[in-house]
Amino acid sequence: MASRIRIRAQLKDDYCEVKALMRHPMETGMRKDQSGAAIPANFIEDVQVLHNDVVVVQAYWGAAVSANPFLGVRFKGGAQGDVVKVVWRDNQGDSGSGETTIR
Amino acid sequence: MHKGFIRGISAVLIGLWSAMLFSETDGVFDEYRAMLGDDNPAIFVIFDGEEIWFTPAGPKSASLEQCDLGLGPGVVEGAYAQLPRYFADVDRVQDVEARLEHCMTQLQGLTPAEVHGKPYSLRGDLGTELEALVAWIADQSSGLAIAPMQAHAKERATYELGERLFYYRAGPHDFSCATCHEQAGRRIRLQTLPNLTTHQGAAEAYSSWPAYRISQGIVRTMGWRMRDCMRQQRMPELIMGSEATVALQTYLAVNGAGAPMAAPGLKR
Repeated sequence: MASRIRIRAQLKDDYCEVKALMRHPMETGMRKDQSGAAIPANFIEDVQVLHNDVVVVQAYWGAAVSANPFLGVRFKGGAQGDVVKVVWRDNQGDSGSGETTIR
Repeated sequence: MHKGFIRGISAVLIGLWSAMLFSETDGVFDEYRAMLGDDNPAIFVIFDGEEIWFTPAGPKSASLEQCDLGLGPGVVEGAYAQLPRYFADVDRVQDVEARLEHCMTQLQGLTPAEVHGKPYSLRGDLGTELEALVAWIADQSSGLAIAPMQAHAKERATYELGERLFYYRAGPHDFSCATCHEQAGRRIRLQTLPNLTTHQGAAEAYSSWPAYRISQGIVRTMGWRMRDCMRQQRMPELIMGSEATVALQTYLAVNGAGAPMAAPGLKR
C-alpha cells in the first residue's frame, strides 16, 4: 500500500497551518466488487500531527472519511524551521508518514 | 496533556459523501477547491503515470519512452497542449489516448483489444494505467497554452467533423451536445453547464480535463468525459481514440485555443 503524504506547514499570523493530503483508498467494507464479493474494509483509523515530535493533534477516523483524505489543521506555538510530521495507521495495520519543515 | 498548547486548533476534514456534494452549488464547491488550494489528489496518479511511462510492459517488454506524442520520440513536456494533431505515421488525427494506444501496440506489442479492454475505470475502481498516463502527460503541459494543430487538411476536417457531431441530434432523446452546451447559465440538477460554443466556456472545460473527480476518487480523462456525455445522451458507446471522440475533442480544443492548460483539474 502506497503510503505517500503530501504535506505543507506554513506560519500564518499567530498560528501554523498544516495541510496534508494522504493517499488511501478508504474502503468502507460495505462495497462489493464486480463479482459480488465484499471488498474488505481498509480505512485510516488513527492520525497524528506532531510538532517537533510532540503530538499536537490526535484524530480517530472511520469509514466515513473520503478516499485520499485531506487534513487541514492549525496549531499555535510553531516557529519557522520546526519539523511537522503527520502519521497515519489504518485498520489493516498499514501506516504512512510524511514530514516537512514550517516555512 | 497538551491541551493548553493546542488552543485554537481547528481541524477541517474533507470526508463528504458524494451525495452531499451533489447537492452543493458551485459557490460552495469553489470554497471547497479553495480550501484544498494547490493540493489535488491527482498528484498521486501523476506519479503513477510517470512510473508507468518508464516501466517496460507488454510482450516486447518495452517502455513508452520512445513514444512520439507529436514533438518527437520521448518528448512529453508540452505535447498534450498541442493535441489532437495529425500523425503522418498513421495518416490520421489522434488525441492522447489514440496515440497511447498506437504506442502500446507498436512499441510494447499489446493488441488493440488489450488496450481497449478497460481504458477507463469503473466507478469505485482505483484507476487504470491509461488514466494515470494521461494525467501525467497532461500535467507536463500545465500552464502552456492550448494549441491544437490545425495546419494539416485532416486536422481542419477533424475540427469540422467535431462541430457537426456537436450539433448532431440523435438517439432516443433526440439529443445533441449542443442541447446542453450551447447556452450559458443553464444547469443539470445543480451542476452548471458550460457553453462550449464560446471560447471561454470551451477553454475552461478543455483546460481542466483530465481531472480528479472527488465523488469517484479517481482521475478521469477528457476521453472519458466525452464517452460519458454520450452515455448520458443515450447514444451508442463512444469508443476510446475513435474518429468521433478525437473530432469532438478537437472541436473543444480549437474553441478554447490560447487559454493555459490547468490539468489535472479538481471536479465534483
